[in-house]
Amino acid sequence: MTAVHITIDPVGCAAYGYCAELLPEAISLDEWGYPIVDGRPVPAHLLALAKRAVRDCPKRALTLREHTPDS
Amino acid sequence: MTRSVSHAPPRPQLHHLLGHPTDLAGHLATHGPLSLAPNQASWAATLAAHLHASGLAGRGGGGFPAALKLTATRPGGTLVVNGMEGEPASDKDKLLLTRAPHLVLDGAQYLAAACRADRIIVCVPAGRDSVASAVLHAIGEREKAGHTRIVESVARPPHRFVAGEESALANWLDTERALPVFRPDKRIPLRIGRRPALVHNTETLAHIALIARNGAAPFLARGLPEDPGTTLITIGGAVTQPGVVEVDRGTPLSDIAARSTPTGPVQALLVGGYGGTWVGPEHFATPYGSIPLRTIGANAGVGIIAVLGTESCGVAESARIAHYLAGQSAGQCGPCVHGLPAIADDLTRLALGQVDHALMPRLLRRLGEVDGRGACRHPDGAVALVRSALAVFGADVARHERGQPCAHHRAPTVLRFPTEVYVP
Repeated sequence: MTAVHITIDPVGCAAYGYCAELLPEAISLDEWGYPIVDGRPVPAHLLALAKRAVRDCPKRALTLREHTPDS
Repeated sequence: MTRSVSHAPPRPQLHHLLGHPTDLAGHLATHGPLSLAPNQASWAATLAAHLHASGLAGRGGGGFPAALKLTATRPGGTLVVNGMEGEPASDKDKLLLTRAPHLVLDGAQYLAAACRADRIIVCVPAGRDSVASAVLHAIGEREKAGHTRIVESVARPPHRFVAGEESALANWLDTERALPVFRPDKRIPLRIGRRPALVHNTETLAHIALIARNGAAPFLARGLPEDPGTTLITIGGAVTQPGVVEVDRGTPLSDIAARSTPTGPVQALLVGGYGGTWVGPEHFATPYGSIPLRTIGANAGVGIIAVLGTESCGVAESARIAHYLAGQSAGQCGPCVHGLPAIADDLTRLALGQVDHALMPRLLRRLGEVDGRGACRHPDGAVALVRSALAVFGADVARHERGQPCAHHRAPTVLRFPTEVYVP
């Protein structure tokens, strides 16, 4: 099974914070309300919630990726 | 013609960028015409082989191997010459485009032919009109002489720190928005409209112009085996002769700084520019090459060394840089928009000795949280700069933390800023 990672588009993100509410296990907020992803693969039991976080983001700034993005 | 011949040095055996003739006649007398045979796959393969053998790493800050960048490119589209020089402490783009425009443009012609690009756009920031006229003059000379294969033009994006970031540059050429683009996978090539764009720094192209003509050997004869060639470095700060020098990769930092004659004892060197790192005296002997610099936590960046004398406060200078970088955010990503000003404010309080017990933990937390969270690397550069300041000026930081700022914290800056920055 491939590892799934959460990626946040920092340009699109407007700090609504829904993602951190849905997925506190993987996403925290900085002092200005912007999400910080812990960078680990999403555990299988959280995948459904992660997909919901992607769907519910008002700015469509969240994506799930099967590989860690190149930096 | 007589003038150019008498000025022309013998055909260069030793690879170097500075000191070549500026006009086309002199350039042709020295280097000869473009040895180009476009539409020949074998010719493109030869250039790729030369670049591969040369080991040339991009000189625009990323240090990406030029040969790999060429192979990863899709055919067609635009070759963008990045002469944006967003770093206020850098002068090399300006120098190359005014003194050796034909070297830069020839490098662009070679690369554009190899990747079958159909146009070359030289980006010179708005405001640098003399540089733009120099490039336009050179382009005119080339057209008149029939030297040019692929059409060359000049574009004038806004002169901001991040406007020269390659995705921002392609974005501006595409949409006139000089803003970096979020690219989770940087292997996907940049585009202008639907067509590919290849962005190269002026210095990289000047090296390519020589490597394409002379092969890799003269380039390999200079510098370090694993990081060959020469490199342009702008030296500034507390020196009597600021300016651009050309040195072999691997030249010790202290030897490079000595070329500009520091005005007194040197406290630290700022290596790589305002998004670079401070280097303390224990590392002044470090060779200027990507690997040795990486081992001391520094980065070659775009080729900048700024000298800080003992009459300056490193914390105060770093606070000025942090404020400048905060003001240069593209304003797109929350962590950069909010984080950089907050970090700059923390550092300013530290510089002034107005410190409470919460300041240092807060600053360290903010540095950790902002790092790596922008679409481009602008915030990362600011974080690296501040972290290096806390380490290199550690003894001063401790005094400032106790509310006893050093004697020079109100001394005027020795650094160069294009805009007014907050001065602690």
